[in-house]
Amino acid sequence: MAKVLVVTSGKGGVGKTTSTAALGAALAQMGQRVVVIDFDVGLRNLDLVLGAERRVVFDLINVVQGVAKLQQALIRDKRLENLWLLPASQTRDKDALTEEGVSRIIAELRTRFDWILCDSPAGIERGAMLAMRYADAAVIVTNPEVSSVRDSDRIIGMLDSKTVKAERGEMVEKHILITRYDPGRAARGEMLSIDDILEILATPLLGIIPESQDVLKASNVGSPVTLHNADSAPARAYIDAVSRLLGDTIAMIVPTERKGFMSRLLGRKAA
Amino acid sequence: MNAVTPQTRQLVRMRGRSYVAFVFSPVVPVAGWLEEVDATLARSPGFFVGKPVVLDLSALELSSSGITHLVSSLEQRNIRVLGLEGVDENHVTTSMPPLLTGGRNTMLAETAPKETREMREAAKDALKKAKPASLLIETPVRSGQSVVFTEGDVTVLGSVGSGAEIVAGGSIHVYGTLRGRAMAGIEGNASARIFCQKIEAELLAIDGFYQTAEDISDALRHRPAQAWLAGDVMRIEALN
Repeated sequence: MAKVLVVTSGKGGVGKTTSTAALGAALAQMGQRVVVIDFDVGLRNLDLVLGAERRVVFDLINVVQGVAKLQQALIRDKRLENLWLLPASQTRDKDALTEEGVSRIIAELRTRFDWILCDSPAGIERGAMLAMRYADAAVIVTNPEVSSVRDSDRIIGMLDSKTVKAERGEMVEKHILITRYDPGRAARGEMLSIDDILEILATPLLGIIPESQDVLKASNVGSPVTLHNADSAPARAYIDAVSRLLGDTIAMIVPTERKGFMSRLLGRKAA
Repeated sequence: MNAVTPQTRQLVRMRGRSYVAFVFSPVVPVAGWLEEVDATLARSPGFFVGKPVVLDLSALELSSSGITHLVSSLEQRNIRVLGLEGVDENHVTTSMPPLLTGGRNTMLAETAPKETREMREAAKDALKKAKPASLLIETPVRSGQSVVFTEGDVTVLGSVGSGAEIVAGGSIHVYGTLRGRAMAGIEGNASARIFCQKIEAELLAIDGFYQTAEDISDALRHRPAQAWLAGDVMRIEALN
């Protein structure tokens, strides 16, 4: 039974695309057949994060408009044979997406994959609406700061009202993924606490991804962090999150500041 | 000068007009029927006061004296008989109420059910109005959502997110944290109030008077509170 999972947030720059790539790769590593769809038409990035940018021929819009077959647009990952990408078009805009087209593509993908991950664009307009439209489940990517949390709240409201599932009177399964969590700043009270975020959003927590240079490094070389350095703290957090998505119960680890003696001595750089 | 003013004759003007009257149809035995009338009067003494009553005697075969006796019996009970119906002309004497003919059931028959129908509709309307006097929302109200319910109170079991708003004709009750906007009594109900388990509201308004987050005392924040109108001033105080 295929599951359509939208990765969304409302706010931009919180880590939707990075998280889509990491979750998709982790699911594929666990033997699931996964396709990730980039809905950010006009500002595509998922192909870069997955390192597939030089192999894009056809894209989502081509398939929506019937110019290309789905099979022609799907790009298989070079490292994980279970992971596929349906890239967005960079030359078009979100108005080129139609509801019928998206519906048809999702229906077709459902027959071939276990997981369909939709990387939503920022905002609440057409692109974001269509990315969540057919979702069975949603991962709401949130940073520990007020603007991101409020936007997430807004998106949760839309997931509960604007999706096909909501219109049928069912509930979209929702998960909060807190990203860019900085243990140091959290300890100093410079960020919203996990408890505050969960209290405001009243939605279960899927995972906490610590802020890390490993994420940036992985994105820059076109590799999901779970593939690039599976032992890094963010990779482990993503893998735990995926295990929870698959139904496992895994204790939530709140990242803490771990500093050795030397780094504590030398950690502060002179300005 | 002998101007002659012609005598003007006063014309007797007559018009036909129909009225609605109660029609009494006594049945035999007349004594038993009068007891029923007495029982009705005991329940509602003013029932027949000032109401024109016509006696339909077609079910009875009464002599002149019998009719006179019945009419006087009713008069003793303060029921004034306007006319008679269904009696042989020969039995009617000049001392009796006049004989009426050509009475049509329709008028009264029409009014009676019309009244009850109106009453039933009024009762139904009242029920309809009474039913949605409050709106219960069991889920959190998210940012960007707007709940408008002008008919009465709104109760929210969850929280009201920042950027969400609740608009109610009556009072607003929030059992979670109120972070958004709450506008109560919007159709001119100054007695409406706003209650919440935890106040972090962006704006509170009652009957058009409002306070923004800036105006709400920091001492109240994160506490259970209520807001109401004291004249033209909105008061916000901690609960208990």
